[in-house]
Amino acid sequence: MIISVASGKGGTGKTLVATSLALSLAYEQKPVQLLDCDVEEPNAHIFFKAQPVSERTVSLPVPKVNYEKCQYCGKCAEVCQFNAIALMKRTLVIFPDVCHSCGGCWHLCPTGALEPAAREVGTVSVSQTADLRLVSGRLKLGTHISPPVVKAVRETAERDYITIIDGPPGSSCPVMAAVTDTDYCLLVTEPTPFGLNDLALAVDMLRVLKIPCGVVINRDMPGNQIIDRFCAENGINILLRIPFQTEIARAYAKGIPLVDSDKIWRDKFYNLYHQISGEVSQ
Amino acid sequence: MKELTIISGKGGTGKTSILGSFATLSGNSVICDCDVDAANLHLLLHPDIKEKKPFYGGKRAEISPELCSQCGTCEELCRFAAIKDSVVNKYACEGCGLCYQVCPSGAVQLIDHLSGYCYLSETQWGPMVHAKLGIAEGNSGLLVNLVRKKAREIAKERNIPLIISDGPPGIGCPVISSLAGTDMALIVTEPTHSGIHDMERVIRVASGFGCLTAVCINKYDLDEENCRRIEDAANKLGVPVIGRIPYDPVMHQSVINGVPATLLEPGEAQRSIRQVWDQVTVLLGVC
Repeated sequence: MIISVASGKGGTGKTLVATSLALSLAYEQKPVQLLDCDVEEPNAHIFFKAQPVSERTVSLPVPKVNYEKCQYCGKCAEVCQFNAIALMKRTLVIFPDVCHSCGGCWHLCPTGALEPAAREVGTVSVSQTADLRLVSGRLKLGTHISPPVVKAVRETAERDYITIIDGPPGSSCPVMAAVTDTDYCLLVTEPTPFGLNDLALAVDMLRVLKIPCGVVINRDMPGNQIIDRFCAENGINILLRIPFQTEIARAYAKGIPLVDSDKIWRDKFYNLYHQISGEVSQ
Repeated sequence: MKELTIISGKGGTGKTSILGSFATLSGNSVICDCDVDAANLHLLLHPDIKEKKPFYGGKRAEISPELCSQCGTCEELCRFAAIKDSVVNKYACEGCGLCYQVCPSGAVQLIDHLSGYCYLSETQWGPMVHAKLGIAEGNSGLLVNLVRKKAREIAKERNIPLIISDGPPGIGCPVISSLAGTDMALIVTEPTHSGIHDMERVIRVASGFGCLTAVCINKYDLDEENCRRIEDAANKLGVPVIGRIPYDPVMHQSVINGVPATLLEPGEAQRSIRQVWDQVTVLLGVC
C-alpha cells in the first residue's frame, strides 16, 4: 500500500503526520518506508538520526554540441519550445537551466551534432534506522525542475513495504509526481481560511487524478467548523484531529516526532493507518 | 522603483501574514502574490478584482485520430511518457513538440493551453497583482514572471516607488522566478529544525541573485536555542537578522479572521512587524 501525504499549503504539518504515521507502523513491527518527496525542502531526515547508507545523483540529459559536426542550420533552436538554445553567428548557446530534456534538439539535428550529456539535478539518499527505511530526495540548489527528483525517489522505493510519501506543498507538477499512482492521499490542513482555500485546490487535484483522500486537521480548535463544513459538503472523511497546543509546536521545533513526544499518539496514528486501509480495500 | 520579495524555503513560516501587514504599513506599494500555486494573500487583503486575464502557459499536443496511422513513433520518443495508444495525457505533456515534429502523417497539433488566470485588483492599500494556476498545472515560474511584469507596469504608470511580493515556498522554479531582478529578499524563518535547514538552502539560492538579503525570525520564542542557531547560521552566511516576531495568538486570529495583524489590537507582535518594516525601508532606501 502506498499512502501519500499532501496539503496544498506549506507548513500545515505534512512532515509531522508522515513521520508519525510511518513510526507508528514501525513500532508495530510492520515493514514500512518513508519517502521524502518534498525535494525542495526535505525535512523528514531531521526526525531520524541516521546516516545515509547510500546516495546517488539524479541526472537529466541536456544537449551538448559537437562543433565539428554543427552546420549552424538553427534547426535545434527553432524546435526548442523552451528557448533553451540560441544560435549566434558561429556558436550555439545552450541554457541548461531552462532545458526540459525533451530530446527534440538532438533527435532532430540533421547532422547529429547534438548529443545528450548528463546534468546533475539532485540526489536521492537512503538511510535505515532500527525502525524505518527512509528515502530522501534533494533538489540541487539553483535547479528549478523538481519532478524528476521526485520520480527518482519513488523509483528507489522497495516493493513489499508499506510506503508513506511526504509530498511537496501546493497542487502543481511536483505534487502530481508525488501523489500519482498512490492508493490513498492524506490531506493535512488547518482550520483557517488559508487552510481551507488550499485544501479545496488539493481536493480538486486528487479528483483529476482519481485518488481517494481523507483529511487530518492540524492545529484544531474547538468550535472552529470551517474544515468540517467543507468536508461534509464534499463527502470527505476527517480521520484525525491534532489540537492547537504550544507543547506540540515546541516538541516539533526540537525535532521530536509527535508519536515520541506523547505515546497516546502511537495508537492514534496506528488507528489512522487502519482506517485508511479499510477505505482502500472497500 | 524598488522591489521586495518575501521567501522562506519552508512553507507556513508566516510570509503571507507578514506581507499583508507590510501592505498596510506601506500604504503606497504595488502588492504582488507570487505564490501562484497556493495564493493566499487575497484572503487577508480582500482585493477588488478589476481585470482577469487568461494565462497560456505553453502548448499541449493533440493527436487527431482520423490522421493517426498508429505507427507509435511519438509514443516511443516522448520522454515524459505522455502518449499512450495515440492519446495524449495533457497532465503529463510538457508541450515540447517533438511528437509534432516527428509524426509522419501530420496527425499531431500543438494547441495553446490555458493554465491559469492573472488578476489586476485594487485594495485599500494599493493595486494588487495576483494569479491562480489551474489545478494540476505546471509552468508556475512563467506565471510568476507575468505577475511581476504586470506589477512593474503598474508601478511605472502610477509612479509607485515600491513593489512588495509574497513569494512561494521552496527553492524551485517559482521561487527562482520571484527572485530574478528583485532588490531585496526577506527570508522569513521559524526556530524549528526544519526552519533552519530550509533557511540555509534558500539563503544559498538567494545569494545567486545578487540582491540584498536579510532574515526575520517568526515565532522566535518557540525555541530560543534554535533561535540562536538561526542567528549563527545566518551570520556564517553573511546575512543579517533584522527582526524577531514573537509567537502570538494575534497572528492566528489575523489568519482566521482574514484581517492583517496590524489592524488588530496592537501588541508585541505588531510592534515587531513594524520594526522589521522600518529596517526593510531603510535597507531599500525607500523611507
